[in-house]
Amino acid sequence: MLPRVLSLGVRRGRFTRRPGRGGFSLDWEEKLSEIKKKIQSALPGTSLLPLYDSSHLPPDHADVVIIGGGVLGLSAAYWLKKLEKQRGALRVLVVERDLTYSQASSALSLGGIHQQFSLPENIQLSLFSASFLRNINEHLAVVDAPPLDLQFNPLGYLWLASEKDAAAMENNVKMQRQEGAKVCLMSPDQLRNKFPWINTEGVALASYGMEDEGWFDPWCLLQGLRRKVQSMGVVFCQGEVTRFVSSSSRMMTQNKKEVKLKRIYEVHVKMDNSLEYQPVECSIVINAAGAWSAQVAALAGIGKGPPDTLQGTKLPVEPRKRYVYVWHCPQGPGLESPLVADTSGTYFRREGLGSNYLGGRSPTEEEEPDPGNLEVDHDFFQDKVWPHLAQRVPAFETLKVQNAWAGYYDYNTFDQNGVVGPHPLVVNMFFATGFSGHGLQQAPGVGRAVAEMIVEGRFQTINLDSFLFSRFYLGEKIQEDIII
Amino acid sequence: MAAPWRSLRLVAPIWNRSTRGIHHLGGAVDPESNQKKRRTMLQYLSDYFYDVESLRGYFLQNEMVKVHQKNRSFAYLGETYGPNNAGAFFILKQGGAVKFRDKEWIRPDKYGHFPQEFWNFSEVPVEAVDASDCAINYEGLENLYLLKELQSLSLQRCPHVDDWCLSRLYPLADSLQELSLAGCPRISERGLGCLYHLQNLRWLDISDLPSVSNPGLTQILVEEMLPNCNVVGLNLAEGLKLGPEEQPRDTDRPVPA
Repeated sequence: MLPRVLSLGVRRGRFTRRPGRGGFSLDWEEKLSEIKKKIQSALPGTSLLPLYDSSHLPPDHADVVIIGGGVLGLSAAYWLKKLEKQRGALRVLVVERDLTYSQASSALSLGGIHQQFSLPENIQLSLFSASFLRNINEHLAVVDAPPLDLQFNPLGYLWLASEKDAAAMENNVKMQRQEGAKVCLMSPDQLRNKFPWINTEGVALASYGMEDEGWFDPWCLLQGLRRKVQSMGVVFCQGEVTRFVSSSSRMMTQNKKEVKLKRIYEVHVKMDNSLEYQPVECSIVINAAGAWSAQVAALAGIGKGPPDTLQGTKLPVEPRKRYVYVWHCPQGPGLESPLVADTSGTYFRREGLGSNYLGGRSPTEEEEPDPGNLEVDHDFFQDKVWPHLAQRVPAFETLKVQNAWAGYYDYNTFDQNGVVGPHPLVVNMFFATGFSGHGLQQAPGVGRAVAEMIVEGRFQTINLDSFLFSRFYLGEKIQEDIII
Repeated sequence: MAAPWRSLRLVAPIWNRSTRGIHHLGGAVDPESNQKKRRTMLQYLSDYFYDVESLRGYFLQNEMVKVHQKNRSFAYLGETYGPNNAGAFFILKQGGAVKFRDKEWIRPDKYGHFPQEFWNFSEVPVEAVDASDCAINYEGLENLYLLKELQSLSLQRCPHVDDWCLSRLYPLADSLQELSLAGCPRISERGLGCLYHLQNLRWLDISDLPSVSNPGLTQILVEEMLPNCNVVGLNLAEGLKLGPEEQPRDTDRPVPA
C-alpha cells in the first residue's frame, strides 16, 4: 500500500513546482525520492542492508563447497542433493571463476562417450554415465522446463590397432565384454566390407562399439545440470578461491611416527576485478577445478613438504592444450561413420548433415604445446594430423579446414586416470579431477562416487578405491592405455 | 495412447506435437476450455507453493515409473512358453499388434483384451510387429530380441523411441526387411545412421519426423547409406506444405540415377 501511495503522489505532480524560491522545490523532490528508496528497501522482500548490497557474495556458511562449476563439479552437486539423507540437509555452494565457461574443458570438449577402456572401473563409469545420459530427462527433470535434447549421436567408436597392439586390444575387448559393454572385433577384411572408405593398410584389428557409444552436446549437459541443481537449492557464486584456512591436529601412527592432519574450516572466495572476498565457513571442500586443480590443491598445502613423503606429494594434474579442427570434405565418409581413432592417435568424426568433420590428434610429449593460452596452431594440422588422416581415409586428401579451437585437458601426468576421493592428510578435501580427456564421459559416475563417499563414507555403486590420492605416494600406477 | 498426465502440463509439450492425447474429462462439457483452466490453475499454484510444485514433480516421476513398468523384461516367459510367444505377449500388452507366420494379425481391442490362443502356437515365429503408438522404449526393445525371425517392424508415432533406441536395432539385422519410423517425435538424423547395420532392409519409412532438421538432405544421405533399400520419405508431403505458388525444392526429390 505504501509504495502505491508514494508512486501516486509523484504522478500527481504536486511537487514538481518550477524552481523559484531559492531552489527550495528542487531539494524537496530529491529528498522525496531518497526517502522513497529508503522505505522501499526496508519493505519485506528486499535486502535489509542499507549499507551495501552483498547479493553477489557467497553465503557465510555452507556445508559443502565445490570449487569448479564444470561438469564434474555440477554432477557432484547434483548427486549430493540427490543422496542427502533429509531434504535440505546439505547446503552446497558451487564456486566458479568464469560463469561464461570460456576456458572450461567441459564446454570445449568433443563430447564423446565410449566404453572401450583398459580399466574395469573406467568401463563401469562410462556405462553408468551412458545410462544416466539416456534417461537424462528423468534425472534432470524440472517441472515446467522444456526437456533436454542432448543431440546424442549413437554411432559408436571404432578403434584401429596395428600388429603390435592387436593382442592388447583383444584382451581389453574381452574384459570390456565381461563388464557389459557391447563391443565387436573386426578383422581388416570385415572392416573393408563394412566401411569401404577406410584404407586398412597397417591395421591388424579393429574394435567397434555398437551400443551406448557416440557423442553428444556437452554444453546442453552442463546447462541441464545447472538448471536442475539450481532447482534443488544449490547456491552458485562467481569468484575465485584464494585461501584456505585450516586447523591442524597431530596424531601418532601405529609406528609411533607423528603425522599432522589438517581440516579446512574456511574458504576465502574473492570476487572478480575487486579485492573483496568472502570467508565461507565450510565442512567439506570438493576440488573439481579441472585443469587448475593443482593450484587449488597447493593453496591447501598439498605438496608442501620434503619430496618422497606424503606431505610432499603434489597433485600431478596439469593443463595440457589440445586442438580440435573442423574441416569440410564433400566426398568423405557417409552418415554411418563412427568416431574413428587411428593407430597413430589421430581421430575424426562426422558433424551434422553437411559433410563437415571434426578431429585432431594428441601430440607426443616432445610436441606438447604451451598451455599458457588457447591459441590454435594450424601448422600442427598441416604437419601432424592431415598426413595421417589422408593415409587412413583417402577421401580426406582433399579437404578444407573451416574452423579450429583449443581446449585444456586436466592431464594426470602420473597415470592419465582420474583422482577421486579424500586426501589422506587434508581430511576434508575431496578430489574429482585429473581425468585427462575422458572427464566428461565419466562425470555422472564420478559425481555419484564423490557424493557417496561424502554421504555414506564409502563407494557404493562403483568401487573407485584404486583412484584415491594415496596411489601417487605409494607409486601404484593404474595406467589407462586407451586415451585419445 | 497418451497418458492423462499431459493435461497437467508437467512438461512443456515440445515432443507432443504429433501425439494428441485423449483428455480424460468424462463429461460432455467442451474439453478445451476445461483443459486450459486446469492447466493454468495448477501451473499458477506451483509458482507460489513449493508443495504444489513437488506434487507435480511427484506425478511426473510416477508417469515415468509407469513407462518403465510397461517395458520390463519378459524373458522369463521365454523359458516356459518359447521366445516367440514371450515377445508377442510383450507387444500385445503394450497395445501393439502381432502377426505370426501364416496366421492373421492379433490386435488388442480398445479395452486392451486380446485372444489368448497364441500361447498354444509352438515354434511359430513372429513375422511382423506393429507397435504404433505404444510406449515402447530403450529397455523394452530388448524384449524384441526374443523374436529372432522378425521381418517387419512398425514403430510409428511411438513417443519414447529416440536415437538411443535405434542403436539397439542391430541384432535384428539378419531378418528385418521392413521398418517404419514415421511420426516418431524424438528421432533425429543422428540416430538414422545406426540403420546402416540393417543391411537386409528393403523398405524404410522415415516420413514425418519432426526432429529431423533437414528432411530432404537426410533422405538423400540415408538412401546413399542403404543402397538396396527403398526409402520412403516425405517428398510429396513436403511439396504440398509449401503451397501452390511455391515451387517444390529440388533437394526434396532424390536425383534419379
